[in-house]
Amino acid sequence: MMELIQIDPYRWEVKKAGAMRVPARIFSSRRLIEAVKKDETFKQLVNVAQLPGILNAALAMPDIHWGYGFPIGGVAGFDADQGVISPGGVGYDINCGVRLAATHLSYEELKPHLEKLTNYLYRYVPTGVGSTGQLKLSKAELKKVLKQGSRWAVSKGYGEAADVDCTEDQGCMPDADPDAVSQKALERGRKQLGTLGSGNHFLEIGVVEKIYEPETADVFGLANGLVTVLLHTGSRGFGHQTCDDFLAHMARNPTIDGMELPDRQLACAKIQSSIGRQYYRAMACAANFAWTNRQILLHNAREGFQQALGISPRQLGMRQVYDICHNIAKFENHTIDNASRRICVHRKGATRAFPPHHPDLCERYQKTGQPILIPGDMGTASYVLVGAPQAMAETFGSTCHGAGRMMSRKAAKKSAKGRSLEKELAEKGVIARWTGKSTLAEEMPEAYKDVTEVVNAVEGSGISKIVARLRPIAVIKG
Amino acid sequence: MPYELIDHTADLGIAVTAGDIHELYETAAHAMFEQIIEAGALNGREKTTLSITGMDRADLMINWLRELLFFWNGRELLVKRTQIQQVTDTGIAASIWYDPFDPQRHEILSDIKAVTYHGLRVEQTEHEWRALIIFDV
Repeated sequence: MMELIQIDPYRWEVKKAGAMRVPARIFSSRRLIEAVKKDETFKQLVNVAQLPGILNAALAMPDIHWGYGFPIGGVAGFDADQGVISPGGVGYDINCGVRLAATHLSYEELKPHLEKLTNYLYRYVPTGVGSTGQLKLSKAELKKVLKQGSRWAVSKGYGEAADVDCTEDQGCMPDADPDAVSQKALERGRKQLGTLGSGNHFLEIGVVEKIYEPETADVFGLANGLVTVLLHTGSRGFGHQTCDDFLAHMARNPTIDGMELPDRQLACAKIQSSIGRQYYRAMACAANFAWTNRQILLHNAREGFQQALGISPRQLGMRQVYDICHNIAKFENHTIDNASRRICVHRKGATRAFPPHHPDLCERYQKTGQPILIPGDMGTASYVLVGAPQAMAETFGSTCHGAGRMMSRKAAKKSAKGRSLEKELAEKGVIARWTGKSTLAEEMPEAYKDVTEVVNAVEGSGISKIVARLRPIAVIKG
Repeated sequence: MPYELIDHTADLGIAVTAGDIHELYETAAHAMFEQIIEAGALNGREKTTLSITGMDRADLMINWLRELLFFWNGRELLVKRTQIQQVTDTGIAASIWYDPFDPQRHEILSDIKAVTYHGLRVEQTEHEWRALIIFDV
């Protein structure tokens, strides 16, 4: 019988037993851990602990919830030679992520024009199921996007060089190889660049409501009362197709190193195998697609603000704070048994959280550490955190990614019957525009966990620090 | 065509029952497309054929639904009806009736992003065939 043992107020562990190669460790709080005990989530983490080459422990963040194969909120580091790479360990929406920009505008200045601005942005940002953008790329041009990532967008006039500097990996994984992806993925990706999509993806206008770390917030360009823009989307159909193509291929082999996989969705391959390498190069293409997508969307948001408000780029002063990915596998240097090693870190519904002076951070954030962007539900709050040294010591430089669903879509729709969520949001001071018939009901605030509880747990465990809280004032959903 | 929706925290599933294996695959396809669009909104004017392979019946179910889902999210075609011409443990030959997506006429109800292996079941009981499939939405 697996037993979840509490180590300290923010750490729980399942000791290594049976087929587990390492322990499973969850960073959480007393309140949040109860939900983990109830469903299969916790068993999924134990499954991950059985995979070949896994290092230290199978880790989970406080927003852990049930996923396909790996749980969402899961982090796992694998030995680069003996370890595995898993499409289910990255997720379908490869490099689903968040981008935050701050402006020079104050809430008071924007308030009279907020509805007009929201309508403009709703027109500028293609949303909804299978939404397609203004860009219809040839396959040759799409391959350039896949190789170059954010730089491609900036070279075509979508945004500024400073945006690229303030993007994780400067918006490009150099190992991307367009020849590793399928024709189906190229077909799906060709029309979807510069689109938000559906589900939990959004564009949110917010206001900085509270500053916790004034010096760090200042470097991030955040001050009380300033207007922000937060974007949440990923690699759209391109990433889904890429994940699915490799899952189909890897699932043909239900064993790894002679071990039978406990779940087909956990399909994986050795990192050094031909299919493992091909997946990594294809996944990198999807990561670059997602960064380009968010770069174009930020540019569209900038244009939308300027046109709706009739102001110049200088008056708007929209500067990117950061762009981070939630679903990725990457080679990074970490200290294992007192020695620095290059390992493959899977983050699925988890965020990189590098501390001050990490060599992979841009100049601007060398002294502070990496900004971490944690969206909450659309009616409550989002948070900005900063990376801390403890994350390098314990979580392969990772932290939480968001609130996480608590209620099924069907249950949310049932709970929304007879209510006007638009009105309820308006009463909270949030203007909503959406495309899908049931989007607003499915994404209602109470369908999500309490984001404040999640960020308090990562701060309590020392793996990151809260810098600022943002309050939503308008949201655009697919 | 009997099926039930399965409620799940982050996703959507279908539990299908059928008198024979042909009907099982046809009903699963029908159930998947009914989440995307009301079948009554489609005419099925165009027809094509499809051959699918899999390692076993369960894998075959995933590959069948995967390929049909690509009709929608890869090619913007909405499937009205399918008819299994031939089925073995590892292969399907089928006819597909579909319409090209017309945003003026077709209201999309919800998005299905992928067909997953999670909790996948395809089995024969004494009187019927059953399948359970979870979608990423």
